[in-house]
Amino acid sequence: MRPDTYAYYPGCTLHSTAKEYDVSARLVCHKLGIKLQELENWTCCGASSAHTTNELLSIALPARELQAAEEMGLPLAVACALCFSRLKHSAYELADKEKLDLVNELLGKEFHNTTEVVHLLKVLYEERDAMTVSRPLSSLKIACYYGCLLVRPQEIVDLDDVENPQIMDQLMERLGAVTVDWGFKTECCGASLPLTKPEMVLKLSHRILSQAKQAGADCVAVACPMCHNNLDAYQKDMKRKYSDKFELPVLYFTQLAGLALGFSPKQLLLDKHFTSPLPMLRDKGLADAGIAIKV
Amino acid sequence: MARTGVFICHCGTNIGGTVDVSKVLEAAKSMPTVAYVDDNTYSCSEPGQASIHDAIIENRLDRVVIGCCSPRMHENTFRKTVATAGINPYLLEISNIREHCSWVHGDDKEAATDKAIELVRMAVAKVASLEPLFSRQVGLTKRALVIGGGIAGIQAALDIANADYEVVLVEREPSIGGRMAQLDKTFPTLDCSACILAPKMVDVAQHPNITLLTYAEVQDVKGFVGNFEVNILQKARKVDHIKCTGCGTCWQKCLERTPSEFNLEMGKRSAIYIPFPQAVPLKPVIDTEHCAHFKYLEAKEEGRDLPDCNICQQLCPVSAIDYEQEDQIISERFGAIIVATGYQTFDHSVYHEYGSGRYADVITGLHLERLLSASGPTGGEVIRPSDGLLPKTVVFVSCVGSRDEQKGRAYCSKVCCMYMAKQAIMLKEHDPEVQCYIFYIDIRAGGKDFEEFARRAQEEYGTLYLRGRISKIYQEGKKLIVCGEDSLIGRPVEIAADLVVLATGMEPSIGAAELAQRLKISYDTNNFFIEAHPKLRPVETNTDGIFLAGSCIGPRDIPESVAQGGAAAAKVAALFSQDVLTTDPMVATIDPMLCSGCLLCTQVCPFNAIDTQVTRDGRTIALVNETMCKGCGLCVASCRFGAADLRGFTQQQILAQVTSLWR
Amino acid sequence: MNMTGTIKPSPSSDLQNFVESRSGQKVLRCYQCGKCSAGCPASYVMDMGPRQIMRAIQLGLREKVLESSTIWLCISCQTCSARCPNEIDIARVMESLRWLAAAEKSEPAEKDIALFHQLFLTLIKRSGRVHELSLGALYNLLGRHPFANMKRLPGMLARGKLSVLPPRVKGVAEIRSLFAKVKAMEKEHQKREVE
Repeated sequence: MRPDTYAYYPGCTLHSTAKEYDVSARLVCHKLGIKLQELENWTCCGASSAHTTNELLSIALPARELQAAEEMGLPLAVACALCFSRLKHSAYELADKEKLDLVNELLGKEFHNTTEVVHLLKVLYEERDAMTVSRPLSSLKIACYYGCLLVRPQEIVDLDDVENPQIMDQLMERLGAVTVDWGFKTECCGASLPLTKPEMVLKLSHRILSQAKQAGADCVAVACPMCHNNLDAYQKDMKRKYSDKFELPVLYFTQLAGLALGFSPKQLLLDKHFTSPLPMLRDKGLADAGIAIKV
Repeated sequence: MARTGVFICHCGTNIGGTVDVSKVLEAAKSMPTVAYVDDNTYSCSEPGQASIHDAIIENRLDRVVIGCCSPRMHENTFRKTVATAGINPYLLEISNIREHCSWVHGDDKEAATDKAIELVRMAVAKVASLEPLFSRQVGLTKRALVIGGGIAGIQAALDIANADYEVVLVEREPSIGGRMAQLDKTFPTLDCSACILAPKMVDVAQHPNITLLTYAEVQDVKGFVGNFEVNILQKARKVDHIKCTGCGTCWQKCLERTPSEFNLEMGKRSAIYIPFPQAVPLKPVIDTEHCAHFKYLEAKEEGRDLPDCNICQQLCPVSAIDYEQEDQIISERFGAIIVATGYQTFDHSVYHEYGSGRYADVITGLHLERLLSASGPTGGEVIRPSDGLLPKTVVFVSCVGSRDEQKGRAYCSKVCCMYMAKQAIMLKEHDPEVQCYIFYIDIRAGGKDFEEFARRAQEEYGTLYLRGRISKIYQEGKKLIVCGEDSLIGRPVEIAADLVVLATGMEPSIGAAELAQRLKISYDTNNFFIEAHPKLRPVETNTDGIFLAGSCIGPRDIPESVAQGGAAAAKVAALFSQDVLTTDPMVATIDPMLCSGCLLCTQVCPFNAIDTQVTRDGRTIALVNETMCKGCGLCVASCRFGAADLRGFTQQQILAQVTSLWR
Repeated sequence: MNMTGTIKPSPSSDLQNFVESRSGQKVLRCYQCGKCSAGCPASYVMDMGPRQIMRAIQLGLREKVLESSTIWLCISCQTCSARCPNEIDIARVMESLRWLAAAEKSEPAEKDIALFHQLFLTLIKRSGRVHELSLGALYNLLGRHPFANMKRLPGMLARGKLSVLPPRVKGVAEIRSLFAKVKAMEKEHQKREVE
């Protein structure tokens, strides 16, 4: 039996730059009868920064959230790929009893490391056969982009193949879409470096987008707020730097699922992207006419 | 009363440097039955053996204990020594005071000496209770089976046949020739592979001592050296090869077209086919899966309607087409078996980072061989499989499925460095505008004229060697982008290629492990067969009468495979030069009075060496086949009634050894 | 490698021992094929590629490793680890080197990246979650590049993606105590190491 209730850890970005991910995820889950109970008073997982500079914090910060979910007795659903990765790593490290004791001492709590961490992509993938598709995405060619943290390292996150993962593709195909076979599903987009190394993010993200475009995609589907930001928000700069002619909308997989399940683009906050998907969706007959594009 | 002689070997300083030999001799003097003690610097040397021989005669000794190296090393040597002095060779006991003592206790001389004394004491106790044993002689069938018709198997078959013994050569494919038949040129001489192979293939077909069974597989093997009983499955060819003249009408007129396995699916063949023009035998088989007649028959059975075709049958001038022909089991006796099942190339679909087959213009080295070959699918023109254009930039990727533990292949495939150099040279010969790049980790050119050849690829043919392993290949328009590092300069490098050649490594042919189980020979974690000794017995197995040759043992190039085929043949010829075989008398026995007939021993015996017999009072009991028994002792350990025993290691003899320690 | 002078290799160095014990990876398994550097998305801006870092650890070149930009430019995408033919988790090796560099307070070759991570943690400590506007502002101010990344700011604000005020979370007290305990523990640890 698949659980119908999950503890839910949105993570910092889903409350700010990636709020459309949060909103669409909640809508889709609600429609499918999956209850997401947001962890009360959740705090940051430490992201790349803790793990880059401080081993103890990189384990203890996610452990705090794992402990909260354990107390609720629920599996923990995570939307952000970075949070997912950090939570999984922490749970992996805490299989070491010594580290677990140390973390319990730091947190002042009793944690047994029993929380099952699942990514929302896996949750929806498991539910795919139960979905009632009211607006099939049949006119849409999607390049599914998984990024790094969702799939690597396989022995810790255990989600899908590291070079050619399939579950997002299969989910999108279930929703009626055509997915493209391409070689950049798990190449890095530049991750947390847009502030510090913007030119690097531009180069890496541009390579991913042009590969998706070459493969014939109408849009890119993502499952990570960092990937989304890097691929979506810098396309103007890319145009200037690489004199590209194309724009390629980048959507969260939850937004695409929401469209297929009948939600309106507005409800799914599809007007919040830097590279608007609305003209493309309208061309494909997937956006109800009359939605104003606000910039 | 036995008169035992104890001889302690110093083995230079191997034993003498750690064990105080004089103390051991002193202790041995007072052991029961010991009538003489002596030591030797090297007992196995000629003077060492002579002194043992003389001491036996002078002191009228009737049993001998030698404290020296492992019996694996010199037990046979010393058995001969004592036999020349008139003692039954099985009244000798070796006490291993080197591997079991001096080598492992080098840091404690006193304890090592004490242990050596105890080991010698045990041997003395055992030798007193030994009984003389006598070998038996059995006849042998002087006919050899060679499994695998690649270059190693071909060479082995020819050499045995030329020594005037009969050979049956079994090949699973419709033609002999193996991988070598698929190659274009050979390194480092650039001989045409087919041109040097084809005459040998024809020799096989014409040799009066060779029976060639193609399209056949070894199904099961029983028996032992000199007397193997083998069942061979002759798959139905649907063509009577006695009538067939190989005129070619059938395969020229057949209307079906299906991808050719020989050309790695880059070209087509008919449903009734020979795999390649120089095939031996030059007689076709029908691929029933793709033949219209058999598809028609299958459809009819399922109640579907398909047009029938029997054009081959109609046009065959000698009525050789036989749709009714069935698989057949051929049972034969052989005295020896040579296994030469060869290799296949690594399946690169696990390299997702290289596209795992997604990109049509990422091919393997073997594909390129077919493209380079004048008899290949393109008549020797190297073109891109995707669009038929001539590639100008070709990138080679080394070590695909070699030196990669992540992909389960830790070993080096040995031939790839050289075949890449050769292919780069050939590409340039075919089209001077081609620029080749070879990404390598190390250039392994250890062989006669190999290094010179690899240098030519660079100096004369302008091949650019880049040191680094490729991380990723992806398509960009019509080009393939190959991402590597030039590790000599330490910067990432990308090359936009028209054609990428993956130097896929060698792995054992499919079914190697299953064959090894049928033959009861050992194989390693990569399914390569294991030699009896990697240096000193490189073409023998641990099973007497079964020999190995070629790349079923590990990656081999052509000259090595030929040499091993010849070496295995020489072993077989030496075996067949005997008229009888002498069996080892140290085998299991079963006491018919104690055997309950549970026959558990027949199940545990790994050599199928236990038969059954019915006693006069009607009981079914176990009976050891002494020629097949290897003396492993599993039956002794498993027998709940104490009926099984092992000659030379009887329960009583081992007990005598153990009790000697209780003083 | 940007190097002059002669190298003095020190096999089984303290550096190698540290890396092996903290990352759990066997450094000597590396045979320098370069597949890591070839696939690393950041290697083109690194002063030494991941392969060279592995080599430098094998040679015990402590300063070269800790002063490299590599350890800071590594984005932990783990492509290297996923593809390494010798199954070395190179990303974990990088991680252990950053911990060592941070513990030794050596001058980071990539000051901006180090500053970013430091500010990120400060914000977590202060409010439990990361307030992106504050992160951007502090980074620009302290990193002395006041106008970096301003281009997307109006767009972000217009889309309602950035809140002006930092989030308020009840768990902050817990987080502060966690940070304090970690710091105390590290001090204790360092003291013991010095002794």
